[in-house]
This record gives sequence, C-alpha cells and structure tokens, in this order.
Amino acid sequence: MLREITLGQYYPADSVLHRLDPRVKLVATILFLVSLFVVQGWGYLICTGFLISVILLSKVPFRYMVRGLRAIFIVILITVVLNLFLTNGTVLWSFGILKITQEGVYNAVFMALRLIYLILGASVMTLTTTPNKLTDAIESLLSPLNAIKVPVHEMAMMMSIALRFIPILIEEADKIMKAQMARGADFESGNVLRRIRAMVPILVPLFVSAFRRANDLALAMEARCYHGGSGRTHMKPLKYDSRDVKAYIIVFAYFGVIIAVRAALGW
Amino acid sequence: MIKTENVHYDYIRYENDESSEPKITHAVTGVDLDVKKGQFIAILGANGSGKSTLAKHFNALLVPTEGTVYVGGMDTKDEERLWDIRQSAGMVFQNPDNQIIASVVEEDVGFGPENLGVPTDEIWKRVDEALTITGLTAWREFSPNRLSGGQKQRVAIAGIMAMRPECIVLDEPTAMLDPVGRTEVLEAVSDLNKNYGVTVILITHHMEETVGADRIFLMEKGKIVLSGTPREVFSHVEELAAAGLDVPQVTRLAYELKREGLDIPGTVLTADELVSCLYNDWSRQKGGAQPSDEVQHAPET
Amino acid sequence: MLLKLENVTYQYNIGTPGEVTALENICLDIDRGEYIGLIGHTGSGKSTLIQHLNGLIRPTSGRVLFEGEDIWGEGYSRQQLRFHVGLVFQYPEHQLFETDVITDVCFGPKNMGLSAEEAKERAAAALRAAGAEEDIYEKSPFELSGGQKRRVAIAGVLAMEPDVLILDEPTAGLDPRGRKEILTLIDDLHASRGMTIILVSHSMEDVADHAGRLIVMNKGKTAFDAVPKEVFAHYKELEAMQLSAPQVTYVMHALKERGLPVDINASTVAEAKESILKCYER
Repeated sequence: MLREITLGQYYPADSVLHRLDPRVKLVATILFLVSLFVVQGWGYLICTGFLISVILLSKVPFRYMVRGLRAIFIVILITVVLNLFLTNGTVLWSFGILKITQEGVYNAVFMALRLIYLILGASVMTLTTTPNKLTDAIESLLSPLNAIKVPVHEMAMMMSIALRFIPILIEEADKIMKAQMARGADFESGNVLRRIRAMVPILVPLFVSAFRRANDLALAMEARCYHGGSGRTHMKPLKYDSRDVKAYIIVFAYFGVIIAVRAALGW
Repeated sequence: MIKTENVHYDYIRYENDESSEPKITHAVTGVDLDVKKGQFIAILGANGSGKSTLAKHFNALLVPTEGTVYVGGMDTKDEERLWDIRQSAGMVFQNPDNQIIASVVEEDVGFGPENLGVPTDEIWKRVDEALTITGLTAWREFSPNRLSGGQKQRVAIAGIMAMRPECIVLDEPTAMLDPVGRTEVLEAVSDLNKNYGVTVILITHHMEETVGADRIFLMEKGKIVLSGTPREVFSHVEELAAAGLDVPQVTRLAYELKREGLDIPGTVLTADELVSCLYNDWSRQKGGAQPSDEVQHAPET
Repeated sequence: MLLKLENVTYQYNIGTPGEVTALENICLDIDRGEYIGLIGHTGSGKSTLIQHLNGLIRPTSGRVLFEGEDIWGEGYSRQQLRFHVGLVFQYPEHQLFETDVITDVCFGPKNMGLSAEEAKERAAAALRAAGAEEDIYEKSPFELSGGQKRRVAIAGVLAMEPDVLILDEPTAGLDPRGRKEILTLIDDLHASRGMTIILVSHSMEDVADHAGRLIVMNKGKTAFDAVPKEVFAHYKELEAMQLSAPQVTYVMHALKERGLPVDINASTVAEAKESILKCYER
C-alpha cells in the first residue's frame, strides 16, 4: 500500500511546465530561490508575480502545493514569533517585557514570505518533474565536472536507484516494525532516549536488508553489462527545444530585473 | 551454445584474517555440460547442490577455479570478451525487486541496451519488442511497485530479451513467487524457447517446473548425478528423493503402482497421463473391454 | 473458545476512490489445540486476518476476542496479548538484529519483563525446540545459513511461550528438504506442547498433510471452513480461486468419472495407492 506513494509527489498533468526540459526547471528554481534572498521590500512583488504565473501554468491544483507548507508550518511560526518579539527598534506595542517593534514586524513578514515562497517554488518543480528526470537533469548540468574526475554519472545513478528503492525500504521498515511488535517491542512509550534505543531492532535489519539488496542489484546490473558511464547511450535523452530556449530567456530576464531593481532601487 | 569442461569452483572464506587457514567450500566439483542452441535445459537440485554457483559461470559472473566454460565459443576467463559473453547469455535472478533498476517499466527494459551503447531509436524498437513478447505492453509506463511478483519477473525477462541474447539463464526465478506468478513466468519462458528459439537454462528445485524441458541435469554435492529427458530422470524416484527433491504426487503414485505390479509406464509426468494409463490398464484387467483412450506420450526407453 | 472474530471487517483508504475492503464480515472461532491451515490467493486477506489476531491491525468494525475479552476494549494491553498469540511473519529471518543468536532470541522474553537469567533459559529452550544446534548460539545471526536463520527467528517467537502460534508462509523460499523440516517442527510443537497452530500458505500440499482444519479465503471472505478432505472435494471451485487441490485429488475424481470405484476423498499418495489397488481385487 505504501508503495503507491511516488516520491517527490509528482503530479501527472499536461502543462507547459510539465513539458519543459528538467534542466530549465532546475536552473529556474535555483535562480528563483537565490532571488528570494536578493530582493527586499517591494521587490517581493516581482517574485510574487513570477511565482503566481508559474503556479498557474503548472495546472497542478493549489492544494498540492500547500502540502509542503504544512510540513514547515512550525518553522514558519517560530520564525515569525522570534522575529516579532526579539528585534530591537521602534516600539509599536508593549506588554510588560514583551514588545513588538516596527522592524520586528517587517522582518517577521518577510522571513515568513521567504520561507513560504521557497517551499512553493521547490514544490512546483517537484510536482511537475519526475524524480528520474531530475536526476537526469543533475547529471547533465554537472557533466562538466567529469573533466576534474568527479563521478557525475555514478552519483546520478545512485540517486535514481535510491529513489526507486525508497518506497520499498519504507514498506520493509513497516514490516520489520510489525515483526518486532509481534515480539512485544514497544515503540510508543518511554522518554526520548528509550524511544531512540527502541529503533535499533528496526534500523539494524533495515540496513542489513539494504546491503543485501545492493549486492543483488550489483550482480543484476553486471549481468546486464553495466560498466559505468562510458559508452552508455540514453533511452530518453534530454533535448532542448524552442520552448525551453524561450523559458530560459524569461527566467534570466526575471533574474536580471531582480538584480537591477535591487541595485538601482534598493528593493 | 554453452559448454563446460571439468569445471570446479571453490568458495574461499577467511574466518578471522587473511593469514589464518581459510575455509574452503567445494561448491562445484567437476561438471561437464553441453547445451545446444535452442534447447530448454533444466538444472535440478536442492540447496547446496551447487546449481546456483554453476549458473553464475554461464555468464561469467564467476570464473571456474579449475576447468573451462565456453559461452558461444568464448572462454569465460577471457576478460576482453566479458561484455560479449554477458550480452550473449542473460541472467534472471531470484528476487524480483532486486533486479529492477528503474522506476518505470519501459526504462528498466531499456537499461541493458543503454549499457550496450545501442542508439536511442534502436533502444525503443527493442524495448517495444521485448514488452510485446513478454506480454507487458499495457504496463510499460507503470512503476514496478505496482506490479505483482510474476509481472516483475517478466519485466526482468524482457530486460534481458532487449539485449538480444542467444541464451537466457534463470536462477530459481519462481522461488519467491505465488502459484499464479510461478505459472506466469514458466509460460513466458517456455514461449520464448518454443516460439523465439531462445536457449533456456532453468535452475530450480521444483520438479514440476522441469516437465517441459528437453534435458534435465540433477545436481548433488557439486556434481551432476543424473541426466536425461524428463521421462528418464523422473523414473529415478528414489534417487530424486534422496537428493532432497519433492517428487510430484502423480509420478510417485505411478512409480509405486508399477512396483505393485500394475502394467503402466514407469514414468508419468502429468495427472491426465496417469488417469489415461490407469484407465486403460484397469479396463484391460477387467477383461474384454478394449482401451479407448489415446495415451499421448513418447515411447518408453 | 480461545480466539474469536465477530463480524470483523477491515477497510482502508475509506472515502477515497481507492477504498479497499480487505476483510468482509469474518466470523471465526478458534479452539485451543487446533491446527488450522489458512489458504487463499495473494490479496485474499489472509495476512490481514492474522494481524487482527494479535492486535497489530484494528478492525474497522466487529470484535476480536481472546479468552473472551475484547482486545480493543478499555485498558486492554495488546502488548501483553502478543506474548500469548505469537506471530511469525514471512521471511522472519529479516527481523534478526542482535550481535549473537541467543541475545536475539532473548528479545521477546526481555520485553515480557523476565530477568536476564530467565530470558536466557527461555531462549535456549526455544532454540532447542526449533532444532537449532548449540554451536550457533554464540554466532552472529548474519553468519548463518538461510535455514538456520529461519529457525532462530521462529525460536524468537517460541521463547515467549505463546498459547497460539501463527506462521505466515513459514516455508517460503525453502527447498523441499527445508520445507519438510519446518513442517515437521510445527507438527512437533502441536503434538508435544498442544500449541494452537495457524499456518498460512498458498500451497495446498503444505497444509493438506498437516492441518486438521482448512479455512479458505477468497477476496476478503471465508469461502470454506472444514476438514481438508471436505475442502478438496470442491476442487473445481478452488481452481476458480487460483488455488489447486493436491494432484491426487484430480486423479481420483477423473478415475471415478471413468468408472473406477475409487475413493474420491483420497488426497495423499498412500491413500490413492490403496484405493486404486482395491479396484483390482476380484
């Protein structure tokens, strides 16, 4: 049952974004994330505009994007609270030792915005790109590093195999947990330390199993003539088309505007 | 197609460190085998008989400690021809999950051709073919996690077929499957052999799976102790049981009834055969009535 | 009545298009000392059912009773229940984790609150009962052969001295010799200790020769619940459920159809032989 979950939460749909080359999306996401740390104040309007248009283009229902936010809700809350109450400056309101400053409000709002946009931006990418396309993109973009002997292909292969096996290992962890519970193991009660120790009967067998699988897989790969990246062809090679070029232009233009606005207007 | 000459294989394990006496297990102790192109061979044996170890010699995953293995005329010790050997003799393993590398069925089938450096267009052609002959076209875009054990093994078989091998070796492919999966895999394999001329070597400890083979080799303690057609091999009921195998009920029944004096052939492979033979014999015994059943089986040797 | 399932239904993904009813209205009574075989195709619900018996899964509706008490009742400790209803999962050797065999087998007893001494005694007794030789007690479980590992894993559950022993496909992945050994072991536990046994399998042959009662599951429901011979008489329906009766059953029915006065209930080679030979007696 757990195996039905596809990691990275890919949402299949037929949108402009889905059809873009994954490399464009990866570069765009990175540039977007960087831009979030470059802008200040009104510059965020530009980021917001970009983000909204991208979300609309993706044809993914907004509730899927919001899922990622749920995970970091606590983090956002803590950030807001800390910034609100601990920043010094012009006091707007106070109650005993608690005080809220103008700078505090400003910081809280923009920190929160930054985090939210960060998550939404990354989500758009993972929702419109399959994990394997992402590893292909990473392999391709990092390929210049081959010149300095970085094992780019091997790393990409490891990532895609890991992605393939994560649901399997999750299911196995569940089985192991049940087997240990059948022997009276208790994973619920006790303090933090005890609960961590209680994980040993799950983690050890899981590791052993992972090693066994890795061993079997290596044999199977050798039997199918795998011998590293040299001489390998691709069944689904990444190829840019005109749409991708246009997308690159838009993304770089966006980034250019952000830099210009920051430099010229200080936003 | 595959020929072994006096092959020995020893597993060497150092208990504590490399300087102490190693523990040596003689897994294969002198095997001579000759598999011809287009044959369906079964290697039968209990755990520890050396059958899996021997199987790994057929595609050079292991190289013999002594003796030689030739695959399509190539010596498996020849490192230059390693990839040619492995393309020529593909292998399917026991654990369905642990041989699937990609997250999409068609991509996994394409893994082999990608490794061989086949051009993209040709890869797609081969993948389409392989999926068709294993009946998996409808599932080509699925994640392997949504497939049953039998289907996963068929993906593994398709992955090998996409490499266009001469021969496919299956090492206990049904050991982890349920009866439905087992039938699926055996039918796929039989189909490949009969309709596509692929040489098949099936390693197993289930006798019922070997009924359709051209030749069976029984292994025990690293040696081949019995070989012949299924009828010939199945008649040695006591030896098979002693070698740790489960003789199918009908074979055992026929053997025992014959011992009690009934005039039926010594080897019976299927329930239908047994019923026909018994009916014919009983009718004859009852006197007068001519047997009216067509009994289809090869003449006894 | 040792274990009872009252109208147990189990569903998941309720309310979504992927809603599944894994078990539907199961009513089962299990008495002390029975040896039950539970058979069904993959997905028939047998694994789900056994996990209800030791409280690992909670029914969506219906009750599970152990010795008359509702195991999901107020204050009931399911952890305690699991010391009485032992469950050995498929490929149990995958749960081994300790640095040596005897410590791993002590895991269950230790969870029961026994002292280190008592745990060790129980572990040694369980290992003996499971047929594991003494020379492996100090070894790491990862050094053992597949068959030995499985015995150690079974010992891990036996060490709790449960009243009921449930085994999910204990012969999976074993060769014929290994299968016979495990099935003999289970027979012994049943005969010598009076343990209530529930054996889950897809192989008719495994259960036919050993179980006294056969429950056949099909698509989440119990299709048959009777002695093996009675169940085999329905061999045609079993086939529709992707299960097959022993080969001998087919032979006997086919011979009877041709006019031979055989006993169609014969399901082992010995019984079939006797029955067929009788036909030749003048």
